[in-house]
Amino acid sequence: MAEPKALMAEPKALPPASGHDKLMIGQSKAGIYVAHAILILGIVIVAFPIYYTFVASTHSLQTILRPPLPLLPGDRFVENYSEALFGGVGRIGGVSVTTLLFNTTIVALGIAIGKIIISILSAYAIVFFRFPLRMVFFWLIFITLMLPVEVRILPTYKVMVDLGLIDTYTGLIVPLIASATATLLFRQFFLTIPGELVEAARVDGAGPWRFFKDILLPLSRTNIAALFVILFIYGWTQYLWPLLVTNRNDMNTIVIALKKMISFADADTEWHLVMVTSMLAIVPPILVVVLMQRWFVRGLVDTEK
Amino acid sequence: MATVDLKDVRKVYAGGVEAVKGVSIAIPDKALCVLVGPSGCGKSTLLRMIAGLETISAGTCSIDGKVVNAIGPTERDIAMVFQNYALYPHMKVYDNMAYGLRNRGTPKDEIDKRVRATAQTLELEHLLERRPRELSGGQRQRVAMGRAIVRNPKVFLFDEPLSNLDAKLRGQMRVEIKSLQRKLGVTSVYVTHDQLEAMTLADVLVVMNAGLVEQLGAPLDIYEKPASTFVASFIGAPPMNLLPLRGGQLEDAITLPEVSGNATMIGFRPEDCEVGADGATSSDGLRLMARVDGVEPVGSESFLYCAAGGGKIVVRVAGRTEVLVGDQLPIFARREKLHFFGSDGKRV
Repeated sequence: MAEPKALMAEPKALPPASGHDKLMIGQSKAGIYVAHAILILGIVIVAFPIYYTFVASTHSLQTILRPPLPLLPGDRFVENYSEALFGGVGRIGGVSVTTLLFNTTIVALGIAIGKIIISILSAYAIVFFRFPLRMVFFWLIFITLMLPVEVRILPTYKVMVDLGLIDTYTGLIVPLIASATATLLFRQFFLTIPGELVEAARVDGAGPWRFFKDILLPLSRTNIAALFVILFIYGWTQYLWPLLVTNRNDMNTIVIALKKMISFADADTEWHLVMVTSMLAIVPPILVVVLMQRWFVRGLVDTEK
Repeated sequence: MATVDLKDVRKVYAGGVEAVKGVSIAIPDKALCVLVGPSGCGKSTLLRMIAGLETISAGTCSIDGKVVNAIGPTERDIAMVFQNYALYPHMKVYDNMAYGLRNRGTPKDEIDKRVRATAQTLELEHLLERRPRELSGGQRQRVAMGRAIVRNPKVFLFDEPLSNLDAKLRGQMRVEIKSLQRKLGVTSVYVTHDQLEAMTLADVLVVMNAGLVEQLGAPLDIYEKPASTFVASFIGAPPMNLLPLRGGQLEDAITLPEVSGNATMIGFRPEDCEVGADGATSSDGLRLMARVDGVEPVGSESFLYCAAGGGKIVVRVAGRTEVLVGDQLPIFARREKLHFFGSDGKRV
């Protein structure tokens, strides 16, 4: 558990002159300064817009509309945030950001968990069972990798309309739930599980379900965690499908609502609330990444075998 | 507790490859049967068929008098120790051992009692809370054994369990497995390609080659009377010296006893050779001239690698030797230590 912490640790001071043993072979001291300069530049480029959004979210609409925008946070933090979270935003029919966050959380969780369940089960079937047309099914799944959601969006939409699933969580989640990528990922992982382990479990009296529950799931923990992070963010940032399948304002996801809040006319847009919503939209994915990063990193780098 | 009976067991794979071509072995109760042979001889396949991990293409396998062809590994009441141990990496040692019992619905306190008793037998008590990756190779091996023992099955199956250990540990574990098997009195089948393991462990030794049983019997009987040139060269280290006979005559031979039947091969073990002209006065044996090509002193004994009789032979001499490379030596082997094989490789 030491490695992930090291990643999060604050950048350490440059090693003292005597600390050459800490340097990588062939690395000069000047090289370290250059590397750090580049890293810091990168961080500034990425972080500044987010900081600026935060600053804007703490000023009144008038301040925002009268450039230049100050570089330091204003005094309207509490007012702006409580207005957005609990009051409702005018341009999206008075729906509060709390509702939007709730919707998006349901959708992102639904997509992430649903995708994991479906893909781990299909990978389990494909790797550990011999049944007719096994390879055909595998290739069918594999081929769908090459089809983006956009290609099948019209037929899918038609199906959703016929089933009356417009403006429902089911309609938002289910069409996005099948995942060839995750299935392949689990398949590759399952293939690395030694055959002897499977046989040992059989000798120990574990049937297919027990083997899955007692051996496969615990071994897949880190993979599941890594996938969860990726898929949660994938679900959270979905744009096209939620845009099509929701009409009611109170069923919008936060990304769609954000788009709706912005009018062509600058004066008509409640920019301070847009900024607040942007900030709030960023928070959950960040939380997921930060809280799960330990697992995420482990899932990507090592397997417990 | 149980006998294992194989009757004309065959294994044909989907591609038409016949891995086991009709094997019949009867393993008595409480015996340790070792299947030995070179890789690809079908010994592992045979073991896996007994375990129920491979289907049996033809013939029957019975455990305790009951034909088990159609039933799965769980119901056969066997326990298996795998080459790579196959411990569940995410479970503690305790859970690794308890898992099979839990799946069989054994009561919790009974599981605890048995796991702790087994751990005590194998000196694993202080490791029960560790995970497999925190253990050394030898300890993992013990846990794998413990997982088999704790279930108290009818039959133990060992699939080359010692091949991943270093030589010293292997010797240690070999002795331990033997005494444990004696103590528990569980019928066991043990697969190995190591002839030393086979010799020292077996009550019943089965030498396999190309999917068939080449010879079956007590280890020392097989050592003393190998049924074929294959067995002769497989059992014993270094292997038996085999030299070709042409028309009942051997090249370089000074004296050669009467050749029995229509033998085309003469064999004698390295340890049955006597070196030097004054070795034995009896002419009733094989005496031939050999040129020393190499000398390997091991300490307690030395091996002389020689060219003789139109082939290569190894001669074992006790202790150190003054023999040098290039020396010409007379080699003597007594009549009763000679083995003769026919043109089909079988003993005559």
